[in-house]
Amino acid sequence: MSRRTETLLWVAQRASAAVLALCVLVHLATMIYAVRGGLTGAEILARTRGNVAWLAFYSVFVVAVAVHAPIGLRAVLGEWLGWRGRAREVFLAAFALALAGMGLWAVRGVFA
Amino acid sequence: MSRALALLHRLSGVVLALYLPAHFWVLAHALQLDSFLAWTEQPAVKFAEWGLVTLLALHLAGGLRVLVLEFLPWRDWAKGLAALAAGFAIAAGLAFALAL
Repeated sequence: MSRRTETLLWVAQRASAAVLALCVLVHLATMIYAVRGGLTGAEILARTRGNVAWLAFYSVFVVAVAVHAPIGLRAVLGEWLGWRGRAREVFLAAFALALAGMGLWAVRGVFA
Repeated sequence: MSRALALLHRLSGVVLALYLPAHFWVLAHALQLDSFLAWTEQPAVKFAEWGLVTLLALHLAGGLRVLVLEFLPWRDWAKGLAALAAGFAIAAGLAFALAL
């Protein structure tokens, strides 16, 4: 992979990390608040369905994760398992697409 | 401590990346099913949930530490930052455990 692409991946990793820092803080606070007193499926969905602001927030969260996680795994696969080359990049691109697809599908299910 | 935190940051990232597809699948499918939420009431599942929340807090704190070290010039802060990151993760884990 060219040095330019490596630099781009590094920038994408840091930029997505900055977005995720905010998203994860909000997500942690929401989780800690939401689980108080137990949860039922109906209660969760009554709170979430049709909420455009949360739909937008979690869509951004999912896209940032789909960028961030595969780049992080790329370093781990290369440094710990010695897996480099085209096969690794194809695997990680597929993983990124799967995360984005499944994540947005989940967001749609919960908030749309 | 900095080295241990860097290793934990990486390990927590791997666990979270592997957990995400299952998390998304459950949210897309099972939120309507109270039987699934009943399953999550088991102590072992609660413990796993707590572990994941703590790992998420740890990964966040470790990541913020990396961003500060890379983008800000105050490198002599490294030790204090590592302690701050660990403290934040423990605090978030405890807050979630108390809320459960």
